Amino acid sequence: MADLTSNFIGIKSPNPFWLASAPPTDKEYNVRRAFEAGWGGVVWKTLGEEGPPIVNVNGPRYGGIYSGDRRLIGLNNIELITDRPLQQNLREIKAVKRDYPDRAMIVSLMVPCEEEAWKTILPVVEETGADGIELNFGCPHGMAERGMGAAVGQVPEYIEMVTRWCKQYTRMPVIVKLTPNITDIRMPAEAAMRGGADAVSLINTINSITSVNLDTFTPEPTIDGWGAHGGYCGPAVKPIALNMVAEIARNEATANLQISGIGGISTWRDAAEFMALGAGNVQVCTAAMTYGFKIVQEMISGLSQYMDEHEMTSTSEIVGRAVPNAKDWQDLNLNYIAKAKIDQDLCIKCGRCFAACEDTSHQAISMSDDRVFEVKNDECIACNLCVLVCPVENCISMEQQAAGTIDERTGKVVEAEYANWTTHPNNPSSVM
Amino acid sequence: MPNDAQTHGIADHRLSPPDYADNFSDLHAPLSDHEALVAADRCYFCHDAPCMDACPTTIDIPLFIRQISTGTADSAANTIFSQNILGGMCARVCPTETLCEEVCVRETAEGKPVLIGLLQRYATDGMMAKAHPFSRAADTGKKIAVIGAGPAGLACAHRLSLNGHTVTVFDARTKGGGLNEFGIAAYKSVDDFAQSEVTWLLSIGGIDMKYDTALGNGLSIDALKADYDAVFLGIGLSGVNALRAEGEDKDNVRDAVDFIEDLRQAPDLGTLKVGRHVVVIGGGMTAVDAAVQSKLLGAENVTMVYRRGKGRMSASGFEQELATSKGVRIIYNAAPLRVIGNGAAQAVEFAYTHTVDGKLENTGETFTIAADQVFKAIGQTLDGAPKGLKLSGGKIKVDAVGQTSDPAIWAGGDCASGGDDLTVTAVAEGRDAADDIHKTLTAEG
Ligand SMILES: Cc1cc2nc3c(=O)[nH]c(=O)nc-3n(C[C@H](O)[C@H](O)[C@H](O)COP(=O)(O)OP(=O)(O)OC[C@H]3O[C@@H](n4cnc5c(N)ncnc54)[C@H](O)[C@@H]3O)c2cc1C
Ligand SMILES: Cc1cc2nc3c(=O)[nH]c(=O)nc-3n(C[C@H](O)[C@H](O)[C@H](O)COP(=O)(O)O)c2cc1C
Ligand code: SF4
Ligand code: SF4
Ligand code: SF4
Repeated sequence: MADLTSNFIGIKSPNPFWLASAPPTDKEYNVRRAFEAGWGGVVWKTLGEEGPPIVNVNGPRYGGIYSGDRRLIGLNNIELITDRPLQQNLREIKAVKRDYPDRAMIVSLMVPCEEEAWKTILPVVEETGADGIELNFGCPHGMAERGMGAAVGQVPEYIEMVTRWCKQYTRMPVIVKLTPNITDIRMPAEAAMRGGADAVSLINTINSITSVNLDTFTPEPTIDGWGAHGGYCGPAVKPIALNMVAEIARNEATANLQISGIGGISTWRDAAEFMALGAGNVQVCTAAMTYGFKIVQEMISGLSQYMDEHEMTSTSEIVGRAVPNAKDWQDLNLNYIAKAKIDQDLCIKCGRCFAACEDTSHQAISMSDDRVFEVKNDECIACNLCVLVCPVENCISMEQQAAGTIDERTGKVVEAEYANWTTHPNNPSSVM
Repeated sequence: MPNDAQTHGIADHRLSPPDYADNFSDLHAPLSDHEALVAADRCYFCHDAPCMDACPTTIDIPLFIRQISTGTADSAANTIFSQNILGGMCARVCPTETLCEEVCVRETAEGKPVLIGLLQRYATDGMMAKAHPFSRAADTGKKIAVIGAGPAGLACAHRLSLNGHTVTVFDARTKGGGLNEFGIAAYKSVDDFAQSEVTWLLSIGGIDMKYDTALGNGLSIDALKADYDAVFLGIGLSGVNALRAEGEDKDNVRDAVDFIEDLRQAPDLGTLKVGRHVVVIGGGMTAVDAAVQSKLLGAENVTMVYRRGKGRMSASGFEQELATSKGVRIIYNAAPLRVIGNGAAQAVEFAYTHTVDGKLENTGETFTIAADQVFKAIGQTLDGAPKGLKLSGGKIKVDAVGQTSDPAIWAGGDCASGGDDLTVTAVAEGRDAADDIHKTLTAEG
């Protein structure tokens, strides 16, 4: 079995799978069980400052959306940071870390945007023996209304300032957790880096309303007739998170900034994809909340099978491997020509590809009286829509046309040379 | 004129070669990649899953199905084999409808369980085509004798070898596999799967196979105890119950297990002789298999007769349905009185039965069925167990981890007390005994 040990900003863990700061890491009972199940580390549920703990709603705090067969693919929550006393959390963190010295123990923090507040809490956290801290600049509801969480994460100057305080008042590595509720994710990442952050983690949840009850006209989840927007997470947010991770990884200014990838990770493959786009490790919340701690076993076995099959000996061989291939649109090769191809042996003749192409794409699929569906190479623009709507895996594939052959759609010879938009004759600002 | 279903008496070549091939092909075709993904997608990854509890070897079913879903079927196979090294055979022969699939929550929800058995086959077939997933621990210097190369003996030998012990397996027959090779219905284990599985299992190393060597026949238990650090008995049930009906000794009245063994070993099914009218007496898996396979060999009429009611039959509902779907007629509540015939069987006379005060009695009404071949399938019994071992219910008495009344001897599978007589149960018992032998031997040293 491959060696999955991970070293993220100097913090070691037996595997790169950490539980994100959220209910799964809310207390000692959970975290012990998570470690027994095999999780490599946890980011403890966000702590606030000393004093009366915050309160949560007492009605439903989650909403969700499903794919077919009632599989939860998007989760929305209006939970706040920990609602348990600070001292109790600190005691528990210390006890668990003592008993699991090989696991990563990160403490998530959110206190008011004042130097004194941070200066006060950092030493007491350090006292627990935790391996690092994560600054929660991401929570998009409730706490943001009080000037914390996303309210800080949306202002790069605040991020830089608070990060600098933390680096000044603790020796622990500092991870800055970013909110996706922002236009350009590179700005907060750069700010964190300027403040001296050891890493950023992303994404926190996305502002969302999951559904509206059409009998009562209330957004769900509904508390006594009203609803508030919450934070969205789960498999549905993975593409958004992946892009944001890639944006930071391929931004020259933050190219050396370590990233902990979060957002919709449910399987080993999701995790490996985040790592390939630059994440040094990953964090998981919704998948554990949906299926329980045991899912980490599939992540561990899957990643090690993948690494064995690819003769990789360390997870660092995956990290960042896809970053050089993540480009801007204008870099893509316009001389690359492909055509869809239907495998008639696999086709079950449902006609979905036809409906999609005929009604909404390029009328490039023909249908015979006896329901044979075929791609018309002289019409196909290789958009990939048919591949995506076909219910049978691998039934439709995209085949590259060899250089030198004729593209039946344009009548032109497929050229071997790479050529992109910047040099295209139709581009008014072509550099050629 | 070539033979067909109507040819009188007992005859070979009742069918054409393609019909034999067709009749004895896989009962359930293996899943394609696409089918496996669709089937796996239905699993809810239940907490403390009921299916897992219902599996005698406690395979982590939700985990292996999730591993299939995420495109890592080899990891799924690992999950299966780490609990059940004969997971490949079990995927084919387990009566899943009374084990894991019976309790699947999707059986509760929709009356259609997740296809656990077929998914298990999907994962294990893939891995078995590649390599053996495990390697042995460092040599412990301990030697263990395993008697019987059936599922119990093989599972025990494998687990012992995995833990670094050196194992010698003795079997009375010329091939390994036990009833996997000689008993299981042919359409459940096609393409010589039982032998490939034995070869694959043994490729872990450290296991020496001694065939044609029977305990009690030159091989004494005392000598084994002297030469080895521990002994495991997995000798199955090699005796058969007598019918105790008049005319039982007539020609063409046979034990079903012998008929099945001939069938499993026949290089050409066309050479097997089967009656035009076949009667099978019994209500278990053996009876069903003998009846169904007689039908598949081209018998015109096959009747299974069981002395009690449908609900008491040990063959599952699924097995009974399989039999009837193949054209076997099942008669319940009837017991054989005598086999009629002049030298060879021609018919069997039965009496209807009912239960009076908890006792099975004949009602007095009788009927006769034509039979030019009669198969007896009324249960197998323990035979050849070493003297001196305590018995319980006609089987070798063992505790929860397989230890017999002799502290140096363990036993498991059909020959041992407790558990159902199933392949998967034999595997579980062989494995657990191996773990206990390991614990005992390593504690001593
Ligand atoms: C016809 C039939 C169909 C069946 N179908 C199914 C099915 O579909 N599904 C299912 O789960 N179970 C089925 N079973 C039951 C299953 O086959 C047994 O429960 C299982 O094989 C028991 O394994 P075992 O290792 O205990 O014994 P066996 O498989 O009987 O193996 C015992 C081995 O010990 C050897 N042996 C015996 N005596 C000696 C001796 N004195 N010295 C040396 N070696 C000896 C034998 O040669 C044999 O190889 C079926 C059984 C029969 C008879
Ligand atoms: C109920 C709930 C509570 C959360 N609480 C916190 C929190 O206290 N601090 C924090 O940094 N993130 C919190 N998060 C965000 C998660 O840590 C994570 O960033 C987000 O859910 C995306 O990951 P996922 O798709 O794996 O769930 C919470 C998420 C959920 C669902
Ligand atoms: S998940 Fe548990 S705590 Fe939450 S509503 Fe259901 S029963 Fe109550
Ligand atoms: S969508 Fe796929 S399966 Fe359906 S007709 Fe098109 S190619 Fe065939
Ligand atoms: S009971 Fe059924 S749905 Fe639940 S884990 Fe087992 S196979 Fe999956």
